[in-house]
Amino acid sequence: MSTTLTHPEVASHAPAPKTPQGAFSLGQLAKGLPGALRKLSPREMWHNPVMFIVEIGAALTTVLAIAQPFLGNATSGGSQQSLAFTWSIAIWLWLTVIFANLAEAVAEGRGKAQAASLRQTRTSTMATRVTGYDAAIDAAAAHAGTEHVASADLRLGDVVVVTAGELIPGDGDIVWGIASVDESAITGESAPVVRESGGDRSAVTGGTRVLSDRIVVRITSKPGETFIDRMIKLVEGASRQKTPNEIALNILLASLSIVFLVVVLTLGPVAGYSGAAPSVPVLIALLVCLIPTTIGALLSAIGIAGMDRLVQRNVLAMSGRAVEAAGDVTTLLLDKTGTITFGNRQASEFTAVSNVDSTQLIRSAALSSLSDPTPEGTSIVTLAEKLGYVHAGAVDGEIVPFTAQTRMSGIDFADGTQVRKGAASAVVSWVQESAPPQSGVLLELEAEVQRISQVGGTPLAVATRSADGAASILGVIYLKDIVKPGLAERFADLRRMGIRTVMVTGDNPLTAKHIAAEAGVDDFLAEATPEDKLALIRREQEGGNLVAMTGDGTNDAPALAQADVGVAMNTGTSAAKEAGNMVDLDSDPTKLIDIVSIGKQLLITRGSLTTFSIANDVAKYFAIIPAMFVGVFPGLQALNIMHLHSPASAILSAVIFNAIIIVVLIPLALRGVRYRPAKASSLLTRNLLIYGIGGIIAPFIGIKLIDLLVGVIPGF
Amino acid sequence: MYFWLFIAQVATLVLILGLLYRPLGDYMATVYTTRKNLKVERGIYRLIGVNPDSDQTWPVYLRSVLAVSAIGILIVYGMQRLQQFLPYSLGLPAVPEGLSFNTAISFVTNTNWQSYSPEVTMGYTVQMAGLAVQNFVSAAVGIAVAIALVRGFALRKSGTIGNFWVDLIRGTIRILLPLSIIAAIVLLAGGVIQNFNGFQHVTTITGATQSIPGGPVASQEAIKQLGTNGGGFFNVNSAHPFENPTPWTNIFAIILMLAIPFALPRTFGTMVGDKRQGYAILATMGTLFIASLVAMTLFEFDGSGTAPIAAGGAMEGKETRFGILGSTLFATSSTITSTGAVNSMHDSYTALGGGVAMINMMLGEVAPGGVGSGLYGILVIAIIAVFIAGLMVGRTPEYLGKKLGAREMKLASLYILATPTLVLVGTALSFAIPAVRADIEKTSMWNPGLHGFSEVLYAFTSAGNNNGSAFAGLTANTPWLNSALGVVMFLGRFLPIVFALALAGSLAAQDRVPATAGTLPTHKPQFIGLLIGTIILVSALTYFPVLALGPLAEGLR
Repeated sequence: MSTTLTHPEVASHAPAPKTPQGAFSLGQLAKGLPGALRKLSPREMWHNPVMFIVEIGAALTTVLAIAQPFLGNATSGGSQQSLAFTWSIAIWLWLTVIFANLAEAVAEGRGKAQAASLRQTRTSTMATRVTGYDAAIDAAAAHAGTEHVASADLRLGDVVVVTAGELIPGDGDIVWGIASVDESAITGESAPVVRESGGDRSAVTGGTRVLSDRIVVRITSKPGETFIDRMIKLVEGASRQKTPNEIALNILLASLSIVFLVVVLTLGPVAGYSGAAPSVPVLIALLVCLIPTTIGALLSAIGIAGMDRLVQRNVLAMSGRAVEAAGDVTTLLLDKTGTITFGNRQASEFTAVSNVDSTQLIRSAALSSLSDPTPEGTSIVTLAEKLGYVHAGAVDGEIVPFTAQTRMSGIDFADGTQVRKGAASAVVSWVQESAPPQSGVLLELEAEVQRISQVGGTPLAVATRSADGAASILGVIYLKDIVKPGLAERFADLRRMGIRTVMVTGDNPLTAKHIAAEAGVDDFLAEATPEDKLALIRREQEGGNLVAMTGDGTNDAPALAQADVGVAMNTGTSAAKEAGNMVDLDSDPTKLIDIVSIGKQLLITRGSLTTFSIANDVAKYFAIIPAMFVGVFPGLQALNIMHLHSPASAILSAVIFNAIIIVVLIPLALRGVRYRPAKASSLLTRNLLIYGIGGIIAPFIGIKLIDLLVGVIPGF
Repeated sequence: MYFWLFIAQVATLVLILGLLYRPLGDYMATVYTTRKNLKVERGIYRLIGVNPDSDQTWPVYLRSVLAVSAIGILIVYGMQRLQQFLPYSLGLPAVPEGLSFNTAISFVTNTNWQSYSPEVTMGYTVQMAGLAVQNFVSAAVGIAVAIALVRGFALRKSGTIGNFWVDLIRGTIRILLPLSIIAAIVLLAGGVIQNFNGFQHVTTITGATQSIPGGPVASQEAIKQLGTNGGGFFNVNSAHPFENPTPWTNIFAIILMLAIPFALPRTFGTMVGDKRQGYAILATMGTLFIASLVAMTLFEFDGSGTAPIAAGGAMEGKETRFGILGSTLFATSSTITSTGAVNSMHDSYTALGGGVAMINMMLGEVAPGGVGSGLYGILVIAIIAVFIAGLMVGRTPEYLGKKLGAREMKLASLYILATPTLVLVGTALSFAIPAVRADIEKTSMWNPGLHGFSEVLYAFTSAGNNNGSAFAGLTANTPWLNSALGVVMFLGRFLPIVFALALAGSLAAQDRVPATAGTLPTHKPQFIGLLIGTIILVSALTYFPVLALGPLAEGLR
């Protein structure tokens, strides 16, 4: 069932997502232990063929260890095999399986903790359902009949009224009204947000609380499938399915396991010919050491941890497939406004026409903007003050607000003087109302306006008219789009990773080109309509590119759905959230870049640990093969390059190393391999050195060290 | 002195193969991509009812491959069983069932394993109309499959992978036939015999009588090497002075073996539109080849024991006219190309030197491997290497713009699973079934103990990898070995072909992802190293235990 209710006191810390990254402790291991033991059930193990083989081997060895005293003299490869040896192998094989389960349990545990804190807050609430709602006649539902129903009984399409202090009973869109809403339950952000009908901020989430006003909401989710329900399932890993790449890797691992199974099964008769037949426990030990247990044990933990890293950054991926696709992205579509530039333009320059004193221009511009609350207006005053303008006393005049018709704003002073600022053409015609301005001044103005437009800025002309009706042009204010700092470097990083960035903007091509150059994006789409955006995505995809984008509006929905990775902003409409395959709870479009990194990191971790796992086999062979046959062929002692103590200790040490390395690597699997943007070839060199060469060397050292310990045990 | 001789020999080989690389590789690329048909080809298409312009999907392509091979097996089997009725049979009787079965499969699968002494078993008709025809067809089939896989990489969103009949006929008529004719003439000039004399009975100087076999050897010899077949006209194969009379026919034979396999990477590079990719594959093959040659030569020079020390190296089983260098170069070329011809007896090599011959085959015959089969083999291992390395750069792995997903990995995994399974299971069964083991120990093995085991392991390795060389010293004409090796050869050839063609189909159907800075580059030394590492690791991990029980245990005594 379904609806969620957030108690205000829990709300502030409900979204556990802010846990520190990579936190991993022995406590977590202990907590995961019961889960790890539960997973020993063959029905669970079956999903992981590599570890399933280990479990069968462990069971078989245990049976043989129990039977050994009754069967009498046990030999392997010509040497005696002690009971302690068989039992040690059996125990360590069980530990290998348990360690693998532990890795998964720990990874799941982190998600479970987050899910628990979300679920804690879920109780049913009462909803005020409108009966016979008719948007045309009574949009506010002021006169319509209402009934109280449990939120669980709400159906898709129901309309409810929510007033200040109430919880929103389910996910939906506001059809009427405006309200401030506390969404901290899902975003962790305690500042309330404004939600209103129409436009791109109409979506509300069940379980969030209306703080002011009254809204009418149309429910858009089925019970049990609300946003928070999905969120719980995601962080818990309940809806986790193997991703395409994970499936491909699993196939490779399974086939490697089969190869080694064949190797081990055929070894018996072949060695038997030379009278060197190894015992079954020794063969099982060899098999377990050879099959890729390290990666087999950590594979699902890596996947869960990857999703978890996204959640920690307040991004919800609807599927693991989307996370993987993020790593593959080759084209990023970034909205200009909000992503590349700050949402608004800022004044950066005043240019007076030749016969006007610049202080007069600055003064007029500042005065006309004093009561202008828009960021542009404030920025004009700020700039004026920076240039020495000091505001003295109250302004005695009437504000003339901006309208789409006049395309100007300004102020009418009490003494009859008027100041106007706005689009150049509008200001010029305003001046012309009194008298045609000098052609020299006009030309100058035009040149300046042209210059500013060319560099991507917005020119605002300023003019004044004195009480006697004489009007004159004063100059131009240069409003500039400010590119967020540090973006150029990030785009350069992306380029190094092989990702092309495309800026999407509604600006004209000239402006767009300038900003694109300043921000360092590779390409831009100017005067973009949602259709253009969709067409661009299709075009990129036809060329084989994978496209990622962010969006929030309903008109973004088709593009979000078409994109391979569509990140919807949480502030966006529910249509956008449905269409995308990720939701960013912080509504920060720049995060797209982080998402790509997380996707790559996930794949790199998988690949690196696979390489490590396979490379480990070299050392294990050098430990086990001589130990298996040295009794019959003393010459093989030459292969015992680690100078291991005895055959029994060599085999046991390899098995112990094989088990312990899993636990040692759990933190790495959860945290992910370190990733920094770089060219593919340098990334490969680095990872091959660490995990390939390192994977060959590490077990030589590890097995030798373990052997030094095992060697002192009597009987080995 | 030996050192410089070795260098000179290798340098000559590298130079000649280097000169052949571009023209031969590009010529083959043209042969398999042009739309023009020769007159004679059009005639053949009309005769067999094939439309040369209609391309096939991979299952149809595969069915055609299997049909041609099945028919080939039936014909060769039938000819052997009916030998006494054939002309030029030299009075030889019908070949027994088991041996006919084994030989038919052996030649159709490009293995050319010979459980028999050719000069006293097969008459001229069987040799020429049966075996030599298969020398051409099996080689052309190998190249065709490789080309189909290359097309898989080259094509975009295509449901088809070419027309097998066109590939088969063009490969035979435009590549193998003309080159064999030239080669045969050169061999004739070098002293290889070409006659229909049958057996000549002569009295030697000491007064004993000897019967000297004749035969159309030069024509057989040319395609035997060029098509990496390796089935000799005589029992001792290229050690026989009629097949390989002089040191320079020896090196010429080696060039013939290596020419097409080493030029195919160029064909690949040209067809996928990125010649650097071809060079990367070439470099991988070349590095492994040189490394193996050096290892084997060192082991042979190092052969311990009184006799080898007196002779300056292990000369047992080697012809004095070739010496150690001429022998190891031939042995390396032959075992690493799936030719399987021998000019010296590998059984007599030092334990470790013989082990290298085995390892050459165990690498999966990819350095450079058989005609065609070497290329498709190495491309499949490259897919595995790219998959693991691709993950390490944070992308869904892609090779030449083709994404390697679950289906591709399934097929590539099955491919690398097939041959080792056949080799190991075949060897193990030979020792696991008590009656078979008794027969192997009593009849087949020439040497007891570890060396005997190596002989059996060598036989199955050779059969599974379609090499065909023998460790000698193993009597393989027994019911068990004839049938087991026959089955292993058949599956060792056609299972990989099934997977390679399925892979071709699945790759061809994909679109091509454009390469970016984030794409793993597959033409740089880094990738070459990775590919070499993968090839070695995949085979080393699989075969290390059995090698430890054979050549290693013997050599480290």
